[in-house]
Amino acid sequence: MKHRYLPTTDQDRKEMLETIGVDSVQALFEDIPESIRFKGDLKVEKQLFEPELIRYMSKLASKNANTMENASFLGAGVYDHAIPSVVDHVIRRSEFYTAYTPYQPEISQGELQAIFEFQTMISELTGMEVANSSMYDGPTALAEAGLLSAGQTKKKKIVVSKTVHPEARAVIDTYALGQRLTVVEVDSSNGVTDLDKLKNEIDEHTACVMVQYPNFFGQLEPLPEIEKLVHEQKAMFVVSSNPLALGRLTPPGEMGADIVVGDCQPFGIPSQFGGPHCGYFAVTKKLMRKVPGRLIGQTTDDNGQRGFVLTLQAREQHIRRDKATSNICSNQALNALASSVAMSALGKKGVRKMAEQNIKKAHYAKARLEEAGVETVFDGVYFNEFVIKVNGPIRELNQKLLAKGMIGGYDLGRDYPELKNHMLVAVTENRTKAEIELFAKEVGGAQ
Amino acid sequence: MSKNQPLIFELSEPERISYSLPELDVPDIDLDALLPDEFNRKTEPELPEVSELQLMRHYTALSKRNHGVDSGFYPLGSCTMKYNPKINEDVARYPGFAFIHPLQEEETVQGALEMMYNLQENLVAVTGMDEVTLQPAAGAHGEWTGLMMIRAYHEANGDFNRTKVIVPDSAHGTNPASATVAGFEAVTVKSNEKGLVDLEDLKRVVNHDTAALMLTNPNTLGLFEEQITEMAKIIHDAGGKLYYDGANMNAIMGAARPGDMGFDVVHLNLHKTFTGPHGGGGPGSGPVGVKSDLIPYLPKPVLVKEKDAYRFDYDRPQSIGRVKPYYGNFGINVRAYTYIRTMGPEGLKQVSENAVLNANYMMRRLQDAFVLPYEQHCKHEFVISGKKQKKLGVRTLDMAKRLLDFGYHPPTIYFPINVEECMMIEPTETESKETLDEFCDVLLQIAKEAEDNPEIVQEAPHTTVIGRLDETTAARKPILRYQKA
Repeated sequence: MKHRYLPTTDQDRKEMLETIGVDSVQALFEDIPESIRFKGDLKVEKQLFEPELIRYMSKLASKNANTMENASFLGAGVYDHAIPSVVDHVIRRSEFYTAYTPYQPEISQGELQAIFEFQTMISELTGMEVANSSMYDGPTALAEAGLLSAGQTKKKKIVVSKTVHPEARAVIDTYALGQRLTVVEVDSSNGVTDLDKLKNEIDEHTACVMVQYPNFFGQLEPLPEIEKLVHEQKAMFVVSSNPLALGRLTPPGEMGADIVVGDCQPFGIPSQFGGPHCGYFAVTKKLMRKVPGRLIGQTTDDNGQRGFVLTLQAREQHIRRDKATSNICSNQALNALASSVAMSALGKKGVRKMAEQNIKKAHYAKARLEEAGVETVFDGVYFNEFVIKVNGPIRELNQKLLAKGMIGGYDLGRDYPELKNHMLVAVTENRTKAEIELFAKEVGGAQ
Repeated sequence: MSKNQPLIFELSEPERISYSLPELDVPDIDLDALLPDEFNRKTEPELPEVSELQLMRHYTALSKRNHGVDSGFYPLGSCTMKYNPKINEDVARYPGFAFIHPLQEEETVQGALEMMYNLQENLVAVTGMDEVTLQPAAGAHGEWTGLMMIRAYHEANGDFNRTKVIVPDSAHGTNPASATVAGFEAVTVKSNEKGLVDLEDLKRVVNHDTAALMLTNPNTLGLFEEQITEMAKIIHDAGGKLYYDGANMNAIMGAARPGDMGFDVVHLNLHKTFTGPHGGGGPGSGPVGVKSDLIPYLPKPVLVKEKDAYRFDYDRPQSIGRVKPYYGNFGINVRAYTYIRTMGPEGLKQVSENAVLNANYMMRRLQDAFVLPYEQHCKHEFVISGKKQKKLGVRTLDMAKRLLDFGYHPPTIYFPINVEECMMIEPTETESKETLDEFCDVLLQIAKEAEDNPEIVQEAPHTTVIGRLDETTAARKPILRYQKA
């Protein structure tokens, strides 16, 4: 069969078989026992030629309501932010996207340096000393932080606030099950972790306490108070943070966090139905040698020239096998690159300005919704998300909003039975005043 | 080319920007007043300040210091560095795929669900399994997911004492690492002189503790485990499950299916066999397929097709739970699906045939100059040993570095760990005979250099932007971030 990805000609095949010393390609498969050889035709969908395939895939894509054409008020961990055009131009350079893990540093300095820069940017934003080269996503990074804590403290109990993303908590449960760790969830009060309940749960068996900042409801958790409770019991303080928010909010690293994790999706990564995004993992220097995943370090070559290499690899699965700090191998390097480009494009001033616009627009939206007669709940400080209560199911409201070109917020009743008919509304810098006003009008009108 | 590229922080000058955020169009708020003091960030993060052209030049300069498949041959064994189709990149960027939110109402993302469902069905067909989940993010994540399901299966049968997972000595490091993360103890089974799992040793290590055997087939030496049905019987008779590491699926599409070999759980690396791409280290995608008795334990939600619609089923009481937020690395899955549709059933079969042909051709061209530890035909990759050259003072590492001078990415080296001075070569089917010949000629020349002029190999590389790096100091005194002098 001739195909544009398959260069071997019949003449090539003939010559190659001669060199090998067999008559046919089939002879090379004779080590597969007869009884398990596959003889039929694979029931794979039929081949489409490029123009047909483009049409078919375009059609599938157009069946989805996208956030380019519809104004999205949906966040809950994945956000519609401005992506500078340069991001895609950089990550489409095939020297980056067609390479693999930089095992050969002499011909991988580009990737290594770019990720070294990424590690630096994450350290700066989180206020931590060390950041790794990326994890799958925020939630699995959080789960890995739990495993690190348990290994480091030799304790088995993970305390998680219920204001942590519900899907992240579900992921933590699965990882904890593997390691036979106990996970205890702590209730919230007025949209933030209930400190009295938290205090009761932290004891001498506690490996770590996990909170999210800003939390799932958009609220800012009282990190300084929580930090005291955690460290009094010698547990580790793990904070999951939206890195964009840290452009304006005091970073967890300045409030005593031992591990800070999160997802870089707000920086240059499209939502793409939930993945791939890009987890980050940042720690204090003390934990440097316990970090999961790859680390890039600076060094010099034999001429004293600066260069970068994969380092502290003795932590990793390809060296340490069953004793590795994690089983992670492939990470999200290309998305870490995308986030680096976005952070570089925004720069010091732009990240701050973007974070500020999120706060300001979310506050404007909340005020307009209240004016339109919509009930809001929780009165704490928040970043770019807040919670409203409506009359009737969120799903129906979202259908009405879509008809007006808007993607409505998240139905909190799915995860919090006490928050039935409550919607988590996200307002990013991408939402215009006009869109916010239309949203307030439509949601208000539905009351 | 050898000029150092400054770090982007070193190019930074205050006031330069390369963003264009619209002016705030809502009433301004004084955030210093709004934010309580403890949340009001005072130290500014030191992010770079560059213009848009400076930014592009910086990353373009970095890209020139990087080797990808589009730059040249990349025979990195076990990584399947095949061509990454350009249509995949375009399709994944369609707004209807790239800009959809995972928590949108299901009726607004039916096209995405249809794509996922079709991809699952195609992967079921290729692997011979009964159902596939797309949730795992990468191969290692799929391994752990599969092992967690096996554990759930045993425990649901009241079998709490199956604490061990057997892995061959030639296995990829993620196998034992995943076993540990899933709460098992990894036990090693030896390879025999043919490079295959030693059945006697397998019988020795298998017992009532055995939860599973993890196997790559063809294995990391590129050899087909001919006694796979016997191995399956040994494991199943002992009550264990058989796990297939799909890292090497590129060898056998349309020729054999893990489901027919007796495997109970399979993961695939969509960034390998199905043209992910590799992205400089990721993102990947690691779907897992299972036989029917393990379906109840699949991570949730499970995608189901109803009369005219697709939806997620969350009501899965025996599920191991979530292994990842949302539904997996959708963007990579779009690329894999596009690839499968580009190839079709015959195309996929041809892919494996050509991959195996290419590997065997190279192996025979190289076998005399190096030590070929295993004589039989290989599948999509093979190993040679640099033992002969080592005696001349030239190590496999040196030969790998010498290959850099000729514009090649070297093979995987020193893996698998059971072959001395190992070089593991995987050409893939997308390389032409000319490329294979040129590479073989160079490697043969290097073998000759090892005899005639060993210094040139020992001191390689000579033409790269940077020489061999001091990895010892990097690990002893780690510098993991830039700090302003």
